Amino acid sequence: MKGSQAIIKSLTDEGVDVVFGYPGGVLLPLYDVIYDSDLKHILVRHEQCAAHAADGYARASGKVGVCIGTSGPGATNLVTGIATAYMDSAPIVALAGQVGTSMIGNDAFQEVDTIGITMPISKHNYQAMDSSEIPQMIRSSFYIARTGRPGPVVVDLPKDVQKGELDYPENITIDLPGYKPTKKGHPLQVKKASELILKSKKPVILAGGGIIHSESSEELQHLSELIGAPVTTTLMGKGCFPEDHPLALGMLGMHGRVASNMIVDECDCLIAVGCRFSDRTTGDVTKFAPNAKVIHIDVDPAEIGKNVAVDLPIVGDAKIILSHLVRVISQTKDQGKPDWVDYVKSFRASCLPRLSFDDVPLKPQQVIKEISEAVTDDTILTTDVGQNQMWMAHYFTSRNPRKFISSGGLGTMGFGFPSAMGAKVAMPDNDAVAVCGDGGFLMVCQDLATVKEYDIPVVVCVLDNRYLGMVAQWQKLFYDERISHTKLKAMPDFVKLAESFGINGYRVERPGEMKETLQEALKSGEPSLIDVMIDPDEILPMVPPGCGITEIVGEYKVERENPNEIPYRRSAQETGGD
Amino acid sequence: MKYPTGVLPRKLEVTKMDQRRNHIISALVMHRPGVLQRVAGLFTRRGFNIDSITVGPSEQDGLARMTIISKGDEKVLEQITKQLNKIIEVIKVRDLDAEGTVTRELCLIKTHATSERSRSEIIQYANIFRGRIVDVGPENLTLEITGTPEKIDALIDLLRGYGIKEIARTGPTAISRGSKTI
Ligand SMILES: Cc1ncc(C[n+]2csc(CCOP(=O)(O)OP(=O)(O)O)c2C)c(N)n1
Ligand SMILES: [Mg+2]
Repeated sequence: MKGSQAIIKSLTDEGVDVVFGYPGGVLLPLYDVIYDSDLKHILVRHEQCAAHAADGYARASGKVGVCIGTSGPGATNLVTGIATAYMDSAPIVALAGQVGTSMIGNDAFQEVDTIGITMPISKHNYQAMDSSEIPQMIRSSFYIARTGRPGPVVVDLPKDVQKGELDYPENITIDLPGYKPTKKGHPLQVKKASELILKSKKPVILAGGGIIHSESSEELQHLSELIGAPVTTTLMGKGCFPEDHPLALGMLGMHGRVASNMIVDECDCLIAVGCRFSDRTTGDVTKFAPNAKVIHIDVDPAEIGKNVAVDLPIVGDAKIILSHLVRVISQTKDQGKPDWVDYVKSFRASCLPRLSFDDVPLKPQQVIKEISEAVTDDTILTTDVGQNQMWMAHYFTSRNPRKFISSGGLGTMGFGFPSAMGAKVAMPDNDAVAVCGDGGFLMVCQDLATVKEYDIPVVVCVLDNRYLGMVAQWQKLFYDERISHTKLKAMPDFVKLAESFGINGYRVERPGEMKETLQEALKSGEPSLIDVMIDPDEILPMVPPGCGITEIVGEYKVERENPNEIPYRRSAQETGGD
Repeated sequence: MKYPTGVLPRKLEVTKMDQRRNHIISALVMHRPGVLQRVAGLFTRRGFNIDSITVGPSEQDGLARMTIISKGDEKVLEQITKQLNKIIEVIKVRDLDAEGTVTRELCLIKTHATSERSRSEIIQYANIFRGRIVDVGPENLTLEITGTPEKIDALIDLLRGYGIKEIARTGPTAISRGSKTI
C-alpha cells in the first residue's frame, strides 16, 4: 500500500475516529486517501484550532486527539496548540506535512524545520524518511502520547514518503529502550509516606492534573476521607475532587480561594499528587507551605524537587500509589484527624466567596453562578485565558474530572472555543460550554464556520468587558492604572458576528438572563453564542507575583455579613507589584 | 479550636559558587540524527551549563555514547540527569565520579616554529607530555597529545611562547574504572 494509506490504516488501528485538519500542497496524497476513507475529518478554519480541538478531545475523553496541518505555515500554525498540550500534558498526535525528502534543507517552498521547532514543545517527534517507517512510527507516537506523563507527539511526513509504497507489517512491535515510565510506586516510599501522614496533625492534599490523567479521583477521595485531609487543587486538577465536598478547599494559588491558600500555609504535611508546583500555584516558593513536610507523588521524576524541595518523593502512577497508600493506612488505627477536619470546615465556611450580585452591568460572579445553575454535572466547561478563566476557576463549582478544561501552563488565549469543539466531538452526549474572553474569542472566531458546517452544538459564552481584562487588571493594580493597549476600542457585535456564520446569537445584560439563555441555547441543540455584557471594572483578588500565597490583594468579597472579619485582606497599595 | 498561623519563610537554598563542580555525565543514546540536537537543546533551554559534549558509536550497534562535562550544584545535576532521561532516545544516564573515572581528551596544536632551537624545544615538550609531532612544515609543527584536560592545558601554556596558530580539542570523553559499565 501507499504511505498515505498506511497513515490512515495506522490511525484507524489506534482507534482514531476523527481528526481535525487543514490540507495543503504536500498533504495532497494524504487527503486523497481521506477522501474515501471512513475516518471522519473535520476541516477547521485555522490550524491552531485543529490542535486545540484535538487537545480538547483528548482532555474530555482521555483518548489521544489527532490534528493535521500542512508543511511550513500549516505546521507553524499548529505550534501554539502543540505547546499548549505539552504544558498541560495532554495526549495528542500532530501530523505535519513536509516537503519531499530530496528537497529538505533547500529552503523549498513551504519548508520549515518542524522537527527543530517542535523539539522543545513536544514529548517526542518523528520525521519519516521512508514509507516503510510509517506504521511503527505512528504506533509509537500514540504509545508515547498516552503513557507515562502524557503529551503531544509530532510526526513529520514528507510528501514522497506519503506517496511511496510499503508492505504494511502484520505485527508492529514498539521498540523504545529509552522509554520505560514507572508505574508502581516504591513500596518503601509508600510506607514512609503513610507514616508521615499518620504522624501529621494537619495534612492537606494538593491534587493536580495527574489525578485526571490517571483517572484516580476515587482513590483521591478515599484517601482524603480516610486521613481527614482537605483537598485543594491546581487549575489542571480542577474537577478531580468534587468542589462541594466538605473537605474541598477549591483552587490554590495566585487566583486561588482564600481557604486553600490559608490552609496550605498552615498545614504540616502536604501530599502533592500529579502536580508540578508551578509558580502560579505556589507563589513565592520560599514562603510556600512553610511548616509542611512535603510528599510528592508524580509519574515524572523530573518534576520532583524541580520547584519545591520535597521530603518524600514517590515516582509512579497516581492511581496505583494512592490505592496502595489507602490500603496501608486503612490497616492502622486513628487515621482521621477530627479536630483538624472541624477546623478546616469552619474556616472554609467563613470565607466562601460571594456569588450573588444584582448589579447591572453584570458582575462576573453572578454570571458564573447562573452558568452553574444552568448546567449539569455532565456538562463539559472549557475556558479561555484571562479573567474569564480565573473567575471560572475560582467561582465555578466542578464536581467531576474531565469536565473543566483550561489552558493552564501556556495560558493560551483562544483555547476555550476550539477545545470545547473538540470536547463536544469526543463526547457528543455531553453538553459543551466555552466561557471565553472577548479578546481571546476574537482570536479564533473564524471557527464558528466549523461548528456550523459540522453541526457541533457548542455554546460559546463571551464575557464581554471590552478589555484585555487580565492585563488591564495588572495595570490597574501594579502600574498606576496606566491602561496601555488593553482597552478593546473597536470590537464586533458578537451577536451579529455569530449570525453572519449562521449561528444563533444571544445577548445577556441583566441578572437572571444568563441562566435562562444558556438553558435555551443548550436545549436548542445548535451551536450558539451568548454575548454577556459584564462590568469591565470588576477585578479578581490575587496574589501579586513574588508574594506568598497568603498575601492576597484586591477586595475578597465573601458570602457572609461582615466581610471585615476576614483575615489577610490587603489593599493594592500595601503590596507593590511585579 | 484555633491553630496559629505563622509564616516562617522556607530556607532559601542559595548555591555558593564552591558547591558547583564539574560533572562528567555519560549517556547511552540511540545513534540517530537529531539526538545531539535534543541533548544540546535541552541544556540551552533549561539554562544548564555545558562545557563540552562528545559523541561517538558505542559497543552496541545503533547506540552511541555521549560524554557531557557540565558545571552545577547537586540540585542542578539531578535535574540534568532527570531531564536527559526524559528524552525518548536517551537510554541510560550516569554521573561519573571523578575518582573512579578515566577521562581523556585529544588535542591537536599547530605552533609557529621556524628556528632550529624552538623546533627542538617543542619536540622535547611533545616527548615529555607523551605527545607526537604529526605534521611538519617549514614554519610550523603540529603536535598531537592525549590526556586529561589539565595535562593538555599545561602543554598549551608551555607552547604559548612559541606562537600557537591553531588548537583543536575534542573535549573529554570518559569511562568508569573497573569492570562496571553503565
Ligand atoms: C495568545 C496570547 N496572547 C497574549 C496573552 C496575554 N494575556 C493574558 S490574559 C490577556 C487578556 C485576555 O483578554 P480577554 O480575552 O478579553 O479576557 P478577559 O481577561 O478580559 O476575561 C492577555 C492579553 C495570552 N495569554 N495569550
Ligand atoms: Mg475581555
